[in-house]
Amino acid sequence: MAWRIEVALKEGIRDARGERVRREIREHLGIELEEVRTLDVYTVDAALTEAEIEAAATGPCSDPVIQQAAVNRPLADHFDMLIEVGFRPGVTDNVGRTAREAIQYLTGRPFAPGEGVYTSVQYLLRGHIDVAAAERIAAGFLGNGLIQRWTIIPAVDFDRARGVPVQVPKVVSSAEPRVMAIDLEVSDEELLRISREGVLALNLEEMKAIQSFAANENNQARRAAVGLSNRLTDVELEALAQTWSEHCKHKIFAAKVHYDDGTGRTEVIDSLFKSFIVRVTRDVRAAKGEQDFCLSVFKDNAGVIRFNDEWSLVFKVETHNSPSALDPYGGALTGIVGVNRDPFGTGMGARLIFNTDVFCFASPFYDQPLPPRLLHPRRIFEGVVEGVEHGGNKSGVPTVNGSLVFDDRFAGKPLVYCGTAALMPARIHGRPGHVKRALTGDRILMVGGRIGKDGIHGATFSSEELHEGSPATAVQIGDPITQRRMFDFLLVARDRGLYNSITDNGAGGLSSSVGEMAEDTGGFELHLDRAPLKYPGLQPWEILISEAQERMTVAVPPEKVDEFITLAREMDVEATDLGQFTDSGYYHCLYGGQTVCYLPMEFLHQGVPQLQLQARWQPPVLQEPELSQPLDMDATLRHLLGSLNICSKESVVRRYDHEVQGATVLKPLVGIANDGPADAAMIRPLPDSFEGVVVAHGICPRYSDIDTYHMMACAIDEGLRNYVAVGGDIEHVAGLDNFCWCDPVQSDRTPDGEYKAAQLVRANQALYDYCLAFGVPLISGKDSMKNDYQIGDTKISIPPTVLFSVIGKIDDIRRGVTMDAKRPGDLVYLLGVTHDELGGSEYYAMRGHLGRNVPRVDAAGALQRYRTVNRAQQRGLLASCHDLSDGGLGVALAETAFAGGLGLHVDLRRVPVAAELREEALLFSESASRLLVTVRPEQQAAFEELFTGQSCALLGEVTADQELRVVGLRGEILIRSAIDDLKEAWQSPLREM
Amino acid sequence: MSKHVRAIVIAGNGTNCERETAHAMRLGGAEVADIVHISELLAGRVLLEDYHFLHLAGGFLDGDDLGSAKAGANRLLHAPVKGSGEHLSDHLRRFIADGKLVMGVCNGFQLMVKMGLLPALDGDFRQTTTLTFNDCGRFQDRWVYLKADPASPCIFTRGLQGIYLPMRHGEGKLVVDSEETLARIENQHLGVLKYSDSEYLAPTMEFPLNPNGSTAAIAGLCDATGRLFGLMPHPEAYVHRTQHPRWTREENLPEAGMGLWLYQNAIRFIREELL
Repeated sequence: MAWRIEVALKEGIRDARGERVRREIREHLGIELEEVRTLDVYTVDAALTEAEIEAAATGPCSDPVIQQAAVNRPLADHFDMLIEVGFRPGVTDNVGRTAREAIQYLTGRPFAPGEGVYTSVQYLLRGHIDVAAAERIAAGFLGNGLIQRWTIIPAVDFDRARGVPVQVPKVVSSAEPRVMAIDLEVSDEELLRISREGVLALNLEEMKAIQSFAANENNQARRAAVGLSNRLTDVELEALAQTWSEHCKHKIFAAKVHYDDGTGRTEVIDSLFKSFIVRVTRDVRAAKGEQDFCLSVFKDNAGVIRFNDEWSLVFKVETHNSPSALDPYGGALTGIVGVNRDPFGTGMGARLIFNTDVFCFASPFYDQPLPPRLLHPRRIFEGVVEGVEHGGNKSGVPTVNGSLVFDDRFAGKPLVYCGTAALMPARIHGRPGHVKRALTGDRILMVGGRIGKDGIHGATFSSEELHEGSPATAVQIGDPITQRRMFDFLLVARDRGLYNSITDNGAGGLSSSVGEMAEDTGGFELHLDRAPLKYPGLQPWEILISEAQERMTVAVPPEKVDEFITLAREMDVEATDLGQFTDSGYYHCLYGGQTVCYLPMEFLHQGVPQLQLQARWQPPVLQEPELSQPLDMDATLRHLLGSLNICSKESVVRRYDHEVQGATVLKPLVGIANDGPADAAMIRPLPDSFEGVVVAHGICPRYSDIDTYHMMACAIDEGLRNYVAVGGDIEHVAGLDNFCWCDPVQSDRTPDGEYKAAQLVRANQALYDYCLAFGVPLISGKDSMKNDYQIGDTKISIPPTVLFSVIGKIDDIRRGVTMDAKRPGDLVYLLGVTHDELGGSEYYAMRGHLGRNVPRVDAAGALQRYRTVNRAQQRGLLASCHDLSDGGLGVALAETAFAGGLGLHVDLRRVPVAAELREEALLFSESASRLLVTVRPEQQAAFEELFTGQSCALLGEVTADQELRVVGLRGEILIRSAIDDLKEAWQSPLREM
Repeated sequence: MSKHVRAIVIAGNGTNCERETAHAMRLGGAEVADIVHISELLAGRVLLEDYHFLHLAGGFLDGDDLGSAKAGANRLLHAPVKGSGEHLSDHLRRFIADGKLVMGVCNGFQLMVKMGLLPALDGDFRQTTTLTFNDCGRFQDRWVYLKADPASPCIFTRGLQGIYLPMRHGEGKLVVDSEETLARIENQHLGVLKYSDSEYLAPTMEFPLNPNGSTAAIAGLCDATGRLFGLMPHPEAYVHRTQHPRWTREENLPEAGMGLWLYQNAIRFIREELL
């Protein structure tokens, strides 16, 4: 029978969660309540004695100091409306899993199959509210209908003896395993219907390729030999759809692009990926020669570079946009724990050392009507931030670097970038740590979580725009603890030499992980019925492609399987032998001994037809606005400091543990009050060495509205500028490109596809040009190409966005520099030239314009500057160094001043320019490659000598009076603001988030 | 071997700070600082009794899913040690009875409090105190000033006036079961570290100096013997100058971080009293 344990706070104990919920209901829905209290509910569906359930209730499930617990008796009282929110059947319930384990320890016996613990939260609301309003609260804030369900009971209807009826959200399925054969000898329309209704996301050409494979007589003969008919099975069709999905195959980046550059010149680009990304890395590595530090690029789950003789650095950045749009918390949590598995599963395995995250949202204060199925940006903000908080903090990986970028077009799809770096022994058992290889005969071991229906069609779903029928099963909820246990185990297994190869189960599940590893041997044999399931009733194809989280696939030599499984069991980790790697040439799956999938590896991996993409560049017709200069420049600067893209993100940063592992030596918040905005983070991963890792990023989607070529160039420069500002070595830095685009395939639904494709080409051209010029190899990256929302006539496409992340090295962390002004009397210098480049700037956006003059990057000049900055840092000549980005010089001056708790006195007439500029351009132009530095007076000569021949201007000095004073072009005081006022303007907008 | 200070950090099921903790114990002078997965202890291959200093490290045991460290406490109480007919908590009690040192940081402190190891007013390991959600309702990562009580029996804080450390938690608010418990904690000087102003002059309830609204501003507790000690902030995360948030501007910071003092005190005590 099922028991219900309710846990409530004792009288007089503050309910911080309830208070927060009340506040959020007011913010999100405008409903004012007198009080919200919360209860935790455990529904225990297991054969326990009354004494055992009591012991569970008063033991692990409640805290005797602050809580009371009751079994099968309601604790709700003094409320007007009760809302209880629990999970739908099959949704990952981490608390329920932990409660189940705790009860097993308590009773000393395992739960029987089918028994379980399910959790829900009861909200007791006081105030004037009816059932309709309660429904709005439940659906609009407390729960998410995709993954949760709720019960609403007004006080008058509440049964005070029995309480809320017991509900057991157990997955009940009577479905017998069944393999369907699909007839593909049908019309083109029918082929497309099969693709669409099966969420296969295959286009006609791809469906026809599969059709002709099935019709081929040789294939039919081989199939007959293993007992398969001429019709493909559902398992086979799903395997092909996963492997050929945009998400896994990157068909747009692999496409043949017919590019017209707008002047009538056309060219054919055979794969953007190969022509720009792979090529620039190859060219940079060749140019570096002996100094090349790349170890493994593009071929593994993450890129690997050299750190020192003993250790290598691994880095990967992923996006998790579509799931985060549907369930922000679960989507983002899965995003972070998912990207954790990429560096972990690179080479022979690596230990995680930090996370990064960048989110692109619409304004949380957005007040326009939203089209159907879109969650309010504030809810997305809350959910994503909390998901990454739980994922990162619980995993014990510090979140050291990130950004929040705002543009209302991200209401259509939020972008959730999550990155993770790891440290890998340069050699493991005498072989390079970044090399792995499954051998014929190795067993296929699946390790970690069990398989459920979660995340089915995740890979194909994210290869489409968000639409009415987007499947709820595409949503998963990560489980950081199951993953942590698995990682602890796998590092021990690695060091004991128990496996030959390892990879992560991400998009496409077993289908992708086993399929990819089997390329080493040329085939595999996988027994789907041996896979451990969360609940019965999964079809063979579902087992193959489920994206249930926290799983790795490992190739274990047969003689080590026993030791591997024994170690796993001791460390509370499930490991299951599912079959073996072969050299048969076949992707071979069985269920109950019967073959259910038999596809040639070659067809699977090479058979997808190359996409043809039309691209035509047409420069947008834009002009510079005619603006009058603001009368009150102090107010303008404060206003700009308070814009969402510039203002302080401290409330979010503090929710992320950025110091666990004790290695974060330059933290995200710096300065006299630990609250200034750091340009980049620095990690000292080895406690016995002063060598450090520096990580930074650049992202500037607004420039895409003018020209994606310069957007890309500026993002690269911004990433490197931030990196160099703190001391990162410009000669030892690698880049990762993460493209998030709107659909660039011309169609009725996307009439401007050719333009979007041209934007993609131009961004790639800049990626090649600037990485080559800066000498920065690309080591990994990812693309997410369908970031559109389309329901009915409403279409929202995100601005083309590239996150350019950089990772590199500093030889001695003690040479690190922060951005805060340090001492009165220090000299203030500006490095780099300011141009009339307000196009796409925060300043123009604030005044409602886009403009035309987008910043352009002079890579040669920038590289010389960055090298010189490195030399100045090595000689200890920089007291502070801060990059100029959004908001230009004005914002950088203000931040340097208030982060240091000091004033600045500077003169705009000294700012180096190529041509005469107005004051607002001097202050707010976003020209690239500029840095603001402060220098001790006694080091003036040495500093200036170092920068001889470069653009380096003494603007003024640091003052003790805590005032920012800027002298304008006519010699008058243009800005005179107390730094506290500037800081308040900068801190207030998101302080309460 | 007999003159070696042997320290152990238990790892597994969501501990996160074991590596830097072992490093801090080594820097503090321990000859041996082993990171031991709990499965080794439950398998009976590693015995607590072979150590002098047990450290329960920070992290999220079992995700803190049932409340911070609740499921972890349940495991220590009920998980059997293979071949001994005992639970890990039995081994732990003997360790304590032998006069050895136990220190818990953050999640480790939550674990000690929820097992009744702190403040252990009557020595019976009944839970009288808890650590729960911060008043601000959020996880917080920030540095805090902690004023030390010179009259405390705590051996870890001997000679300390105050200490500056990072706190990183969502459930650090100390709550007691009664006024009497609080009075006994205060009278016996067991609330050895309290959130304070930057001069370590007086305890404070003011956010963010006191980041969680902890009762009587208590950030760290010891038992009456001074050998059991726990605190929410992380001493292992400040053992070197470059971990200080303002090391690039405060030029006179000593090379060793303040957190190291707690480990040095513990290991000096072991050398003098237990070896």
